[in-house]
Amino acid sequence: MPVDRMPAERTAAAIVEPKAPPGPFASFFRDFSENRAALVGLILLGLLTFVAIFANFIAPYSPIEQFREFTRIPPAWVEGGNRAFLLGTDEIGRDMLSRLIFGARLSLFIGLSVVVASMAVGIVLGLVAAFAPGWPSIVIMRAMDVILSVPSLLLAIVIVAIIGPSLTNTIVAITVVYLPYYVRLVRASAMQEKTRDYVTAARVGGAGTLRIMFKTVLPNCMAPIIVQAALTISNAILEAAALGFLGLGAQPPSPEWGAMLASAREFLQSAPWIVTSPGVAILITVLSINLVGDGLRDALDPKMRRS
Amino acid sequence: MFSFIIRRVLLVIPTFLAIAFLTFVAIRLVPGDPVEARTGERGISPERLAHFRHELGLDQPVWKQFLDYLWQIAHGDFGTSISTQTPILTEFTTLFPATLELAICAMLFATILGIPAGVIAATRRGTYIDYTLMGAALTGFSMPIFWWGLLLILFFSVDLGWTPVSGRIDLLYYFEPVTGFMLIDSWLSSEEGAFASAVSHLILPTIVLGTIPLATIARMTRSAMLEILGEDYVRTARAKGLSPFRVVGIHALRNALIPVVTVIGLQVGALMAGAVLTEYIFSWPGIGSWLIESIQRRDYPVLQGGILLVSGIVIVINILVDLLYGVLNPRIRHAR
Repeated sequence: MPVDRMPAERTAAAIVEPKAPPGPFASFFRDFSENRAALVGLILLGLLTFVAIFANFIAPYSPIEQFREFTRIPPAWVEGGNRAFLLGTDEIGRDMLSRLIFGARLSLFIGLSVVVASMAVGIVLGLVAAFAPGWPSIVIMRAMDVILSVPSLLLAIVIVAIIGPSLTNTIVAITVVYLPYYVRLVRASAMQEKTRDYVTAARVGGAGTLRIMFKTVLPNCMAPIIVQAALTISNAILEAAALGFLGLGAQPPSPEWGAMLASAREFLQSAPWIVTSPGVAILITVLSINLVGDGLRDALDPKMRRS
Repeated sequence: MFSFIIRRVLLVIPTFLAIAFLTFVAIRLVPGDPVEARTGERGISPERLAHFRHELGLDQPVWKQFLDYLWQIAHGDFGTSISTQTPILTEFTTLFPATLELAICAMLFATILGIPAGVIAATRRGTYIDYTLMGAALTGFSMPIFWWGLLLILFFSVDLGWTPVSGRIDLLYYFEPVTGFMLIDSWLSSEEGAFASAVSHLILPTIVLGTIPLATIARMTRSAMLEILGEDYVRTARAKGLSPFRVVGIHALRNALIPVVTVIGLQVGALMAGAVLTEYIFSWPGIGSWLIESIQRRDYPVLQGGILLVSGIVIVINILVDLLYGVLNPRIRHAR
């Protein structure tokens, strides 16, 4: 027979059992959404991602289809514009809007690939440098010094000049450029965490070095890494566009925004919209990622808080 | 302090050697034969080919080639440009003042506007002034500067006709370079209108190259100021009844500038990267355009020597910044 509780006990249980304290994600989201600018950035970024993923369905035309009888049509709201081409057409009659939409896919893809690659390699190298003092650490850190002492874009240019201009090689080059930031960041925070009591406790508990590196220490170093990741995406997009602009990145007819600007340069005077819209697209994308990045920093890392 | 300097300088040597090694390896990975690049695509007799190989040292073992290369660098010989047959160091020293002039102007522009903007935003924290300034700073920080340059050209040069589109000075003027800095040379030349022409050519490139450093400095100054304004000694200074200007301008700003100076120093690398794009857009005859042209012409010795020289300069400036940081911040100096 079940023993019925005393009424007093029942109320006590009700008091003791309030909802759990907000989890790390909930408190993070509360801090993040307090920042209105960051929220705007996040919404913009969400829209851009949506457009990038569903480019095939959203874009009115193919990004490389040429409408020969409609070259250099101005945007629809300008005199001489055509409703069929909302943002006008470029020098060989391709729809600007469609090209921009497919360009979003390329730019976000470049940004994400660079982040994933440089973060993964950077975390491994950084942890090794922190946990293997002696020559591995020296070799890794000196190698990173070398990469850092060549100005970023120049290094990317040299790498692309050697391995050849293409979208993939752009990603490889920019990944190398951003690698040192992760390695240094991971090593510095891992060195700091390594001396904490909980790591000693884990070691006493019999955890192996690999387990301590990736399971014990790494999660506690993630906050600055995530902030750095946001910065990397926006910078990678800018650098990829710069390489495209110099003719060393994605090659025509690819609708990469930087490459679009490069071919539009000579029409600066006669058809300025071919020049303005890809730039606006780059600016909005990078700006929204930076807004999110600032918000992430404020929410994740109170020490780095800007205001 | 002295041992700190020595240690810092000694650490540079392996870095520099590594860069020399990497550029040396890189140039051998580039598709295409340097001998072919020199002789053209036409056929060439085996004797002539062997002669060229010997002349370029390509018949030596690779480690010997590398040591020879280091030996040459130590003697200031960075190789010869394939397309112009001019020593690379000569080309570099001719073009570098143009880049330096542009970089200095951009940095001045960024500092002169960026520090006050950051201070104002920090003292007016949370007001619309703060939001406007920081919004502008974040926009500048996110700016694709090559597009920004095109926009400025479109507006100021094409539409308004206020500034020239490219180059360092009007072709009307010619005078022997004295310092290599167009502003100074045109001033010295005492040709009517030369100085004004040099200034008008500099304005847009300066703005374009200075935009990202300006945004970075403004953001950095603001956060440094916010941290300092909360310190006890600032409260003490206020309590003593000092004017707000004295408190902010003298007591707070001097300490807030320490991280800002470091950031300004660290911008040097970014500035060189930005100079490549800026010079390319404005056809500015500096190191950036030179390097891009060398790629387009497949003039790899220029790329190799140029990268080595640019990295060397960046490394040296970074050391100077480190030392300056030590001078400005005694805590750092004594900690070592």
